[in-house]
Amino acid sequence: MDTPKRPRLEITDRQGNRILSEAASGQPIIARLQGRELTPNRGTSLNLDWVEDVRVNTSAVERRAATLVTRRTVKKDWQIAWLLRAISCMDLTTLSGDDTEERVKRLCAKARQPLQQEFIEKLGIQELNLHVGAVCVYHLFVETARRALEGTDIPVAAVSTGFPAGLSPLEERIAEIRRSVEAGAQEIDVVITRACVFAAQWQKLYDEIVAFKDACGPAHLKVILGTGDLLTLRNVARASMVAMMAGADFIKTSTGKEAVNAVLPVGLVMVRAIREYAEETGMAVGFKPAGGIRTAKQSLEWLSLMKEELGNSWLHSHLFRFGASGMLADIERQIEFHITGRYSADYRHPIA
Amino acid sequence: MSVIEKFRTMEYGPAPEDPKEALAWLDHHNRKFGHFIDGAWHAPSDGKYFQTADPSSGTALAEVAQGSAADVDAAVKAARMALPAWQKKTPHERARFLYALARQVQKHSRRLAVLETMDNGKPIRESRDIDIPLVARHFYHHAGWAQLLGQEFPGYTACGVVGQIIPWNFPLLMLAWKIAPALATGNTVVLKPAEYTPLTALAFAELCNQVGLPKGVVNIVSGDGSTGEALVKHSDVDKIAFTGSTEVGRAIRKATAPSHKRLSLELGGKSPFIIFDDADLDGAVEGLVDGIWFNQGQVCCAGSRLLVQESVAEKMIRKLQARMSSLRVGAPLDKAIDIGAIVARVQLERIDHMVKQGIAEGATCWQPEVLMPSRGLFYKPTLLSNVHPTSIVAQQEIFGPVLAAMTFRTPREAVELANNTVYGLAASVWSESINVSLHVAAQLKAGVVWVNSTNMFDAACGFGGYRESGYGREGGREGLLEYLEPAWFQKSPVPKKSGAHKTDYAEVATPGIDRTVKLYIGGKQVRPDSGYSLEIRGKKGELLGESPLGNRKDIRNAVEAARKADSWSKTTAHNRAQVLYYIAENLSQRTGEITARLSAAVGKKQAVEEVQKSIERLFSYAGWADKFDGAVHNPPFRNVSIAMNEALGTVGVVCPAEYPLLGFFTLVLPLIAAGNSVVAVPSETYPLIAGDLYQIFETSDLPGGAVNIVPGRAVELLKTLAEHDDLDAIWCYGDAEMCATAKALSIGNLKQVWTNEGRRIDFLETSQSEGRWYLEHAHQVKNIWVPYGE
Repeated sequence: MDTPKRPRLEITDRQGNRILSEAASGQPIIARLQGRELTPNRGTSLNLDWVEDVRVNTSAVERRAATLVTRRTVKKDWQIAWLLRAISCMDLTTLSGDDTEERVKRLCAKARQPLQQEFIEKLGIQELNLHVGAVCVYHLFVETARRALEGTDIPVAAVSTGFPAGLSPLEERIAEIRRSVEAGAQEIDVVITRACVFAAQWQKLYDEIVAFKDACGPAHLKVILGTGDLLTLRNVARASMVAMMAGADFIKTSTGKEAVNAVLPVGLVMVRAIREYAEETGMAVGFKPAGGIRTAKQSLEWLSLMKEELGNSWLHSHLFRFGASGMLADIERQIEFHITGRYSADYRHPIA
Repeated sequence: MSVIEKFRTMEYGPAPEDPKEALAWLDHHNRKFGHFIDGAWHAPSDGKYFQTADPSSGTALAEVAQGSAADVDAAVKAARMALPAWQKKTPHERARFLYALARQVQKHSRRLAVLETMDNGKPIRESRDIDIPLVARHFYHHAGWAQLLGQEFPGYTACGVVGQIIPWNFPLLMLAWKIAPALATGNTVVLKPAEYTPLTALAFAELCNQVGLPKGVVNIVSGDGSTGEALVKHSDVDKIAFTGSTEVGRAIRKATAPSHKRLSLELGGKSPFIIFDDADLDGAVEGLVDGIWFNQGQVCCAGSRLLVQESVAEKMIRKLQARMSSLRVGAPLDKAIDIGAIVARVQLERIDHMVKQGIAEGATCWQPEVLMPSRGLFYKPTLLSNVHPTSIVAQQEIFGPVLAAMTFRTPREAVELANNTVYGLAASVWSESINVSLHVAAQLKAGVVWVNSTNMFDAACGFGGYRESGYGREGGREGLLEYLEPAWFQKSPVPKKSGAHKTDYAEVATPGIDRTVKLYIGGKQVRPDSGYSLEIRGKKGELLGESPLGNRKDIRNAVEAARKADSWSKTTAHNRAQVLYYIAENLSQRTGEITARLSAAVGKKQAVEEVQKSIERLFSYAGWADKFDGAVHNPPFRNVSIAMNEALGTVGVVCPAEYPLLGFFTLVLPLIAAGNSVVAVPSETYPLIAGDLYQIFETSDLPGGAVNIVPGRAVELLKTLAEHDDLDAIWCYGDAEMCATAKALSIGNLKQVWTNEGRRIDFLETSQSEGRWYLEHAHQVKNIWVPYGE
């Protein structure tokens, strides 16, 4: 279209150098978006124009979220393949006050073998070596989990930074990240200070997440926005942008402890923010909906949201995770039904 | 392909809806259908059938009867026979039938959806989630209206036997839009479904019998255009409701002109989809998917003209292209398909032809690399950019999945481009600013405006167009009025010739006598272009004076002046009321002289009555000016849905001969109270009244051009008015012949026509000659949908 162009957003890295959006040399290619190669997120300087430019029309988002799931469906073998993919992208999680080492070990055993051997054989998928995306625990159990998962490439994720409220002093939150990384966590799920969003203190929020990122070192940073607390979709979009500029490897909806956790409209807004960020910077950020996802059907809906809005790259565990604990049981039942033709029962599948 | 491979590719795979039940239903009918007349199936009188096929595969589905004039006649007779008993039923009884139909549609919803998809080619998702639920909703909503009819429309009665002709793009939904309001208001129906898609109408006929609807209340005659023509021309049909192309709408207007048939037309469109730089662009992209790739773009209100603000155009196009690449084109019965089959080969060829012409005219064509089915009638989603307003693809309806994109710089230019079309059906406006959205929505010439949304429909909200998109509304209160008439009007006599005497005019060169009456155009008294005057004589043949002889050029000048008088439409309703009161005041002051002059023409008694009643009528419309409010509807969505009463624009008025003063005010006042500007041809019996009228207007602060008066030969000036393409409506009060002329000649721009159908109206009787019925005709309803949420 032959029209004057709006000046492109000036995107610079944290040192103030212009980011060459065409993949920086030496960086691995981790995704493709509309044919374009994307590299891991290295963050950018804080661009407030970009934050303020955010436009989210709530009812339009709701309509898209409502019809997206009626426009797409997968059946038969395809459905099974998609459910297996959901398993591979699952952060098998236990975040309860009554967690113990034994409980965590049990979870890790399930993470190694999420499906009964019999099913694996019947489906002929031995070579997939199917396991979940990660195991997610409190700091206290990082080491237990690491040991229990030895010999696999399943990473251990730790929730950190005063999870779930995130209101302990900043130094303590940073120290907490360091301790978990030292204990062997390869992924750190942090919560943001929601007050920064309400007060539009973007610089403060940015600085906080940058500090978390630095503390992570080689570990992946997953930033929980607490979307159930942020309430408005515009807040969700703005917080997403700031988190990505600050270097988040993943943005994640919720702690699982809010009144409303992962819902599709919120997911849609975050996923669109990821797309916008990728288009402007050439860098890919992952997405993790967490909380409230309990059924196999929901897992398919989320996968189809990712495929439709971002493409197939975001159907892999390095860019997409479910934060869920109950969903696996329902997926197992669906898979058994597919194999036997009879509806299944919970107790037929080993618990985590 | 193994599960492993599917795990790696993560494709969707097929997800077909099972057509078994729908096919069983076709088999049950031996794949052959007659007409549904008087509650039973009848073979076509001349034994002719035609085939209906699945456009996605070419597979024949069934044979359907080709309706002849004799078949139509049988159906109309059945409807006429059924009418008295149907009208005698109480509103509650009729409500029960509509409620039962709604239930029955729901109970058989999947079979109807599958049948619709097989016959039409639209994705099953759409027929399942949109068409059929809206059908049920329409019958539920109108079950309510049926129940409340007596309370909400006192004094109104049904038109009678209604002929309805529906298109192929939403076969069952359009049937519901037609039949539900017709039945709710006590009409009986003969409906002709589209040739390509007759099956769901025939399935509906069966539902009518299942709920025990009295025989003959609903009759379905299938067939092609000739069947429709027979229905339109049938002498015993009281109303025609048509949805389809503007071209056919024109032919119907012409064909029904000599009759008293009421007419509502829902025609084509070239609806603008306007995106401002502060819009949620991702939201707008999805809006376009729902706007132009819904039902393969075969939607009369499809957002087919993309107008995007220059500063975001490049980004918008990029986002749009990315989204288009993920659209899935394929078997309509697949549950994960976005774009199904085009209804017929001729339509596919038409789309292709128009796109090629658009490219030849300079448009850039872009289509995504999407998988296409190897057979069947499919067309890729298509984006044409660099389109200029002059191009065929910017002006004409393509009725396919083709979007024509243009840019604009300012809101004013957006409105200008949006309104640069002969159509006026719908529009979509995207902006996060409520100021911008509503500012633009108010200026768009469209019957429906969707703010930050598109293609939203509901039975509670009127749907219908401005300009050549037709007239009349479907849905809501205004939709019901299309099937109702004041009871007194139906009973009013139709005299052979107008009761008033007419002067046998002799043309004389203007001699310049003491009182020179002129034309009144643009607030100025002007001489007639012709340079002729007419002698006006009283009942006994005495010379009353000389009236200027207006001609077509005077009408042209008057329409121009009326079009420029937009200060009148923009002024507040309160101000319009003030002016009307002021006119009443000045008329009151001149009562003596005007009565005296008028007496010479109509006798003293009538003159006195006319002047007094005129003053009263001025007060009535001064009162109405700021009270004819719109509505806020309650569709089942979170939004404010505003039904705004808007002026029609410029209106030509041919005044009744017999009441020179009161007749003029009876027609002109509701129009100007609504904010229209008027070109009026005063009573032919006593056109000299013009001289009194403009002197009063001049002293009453009525802005120039709001009312223009051109005396002359009514029949001659009527033709010029009816043919004038810059008039939005014509009101004609005269004998049956004049009324027919007004209708027949209005087809150029399909202006709205309102006549007395040759009936005599009692101008002195308030219940017949002022109020809502007049105001409803002086306005058109614009429905603005404003979804909200944060």
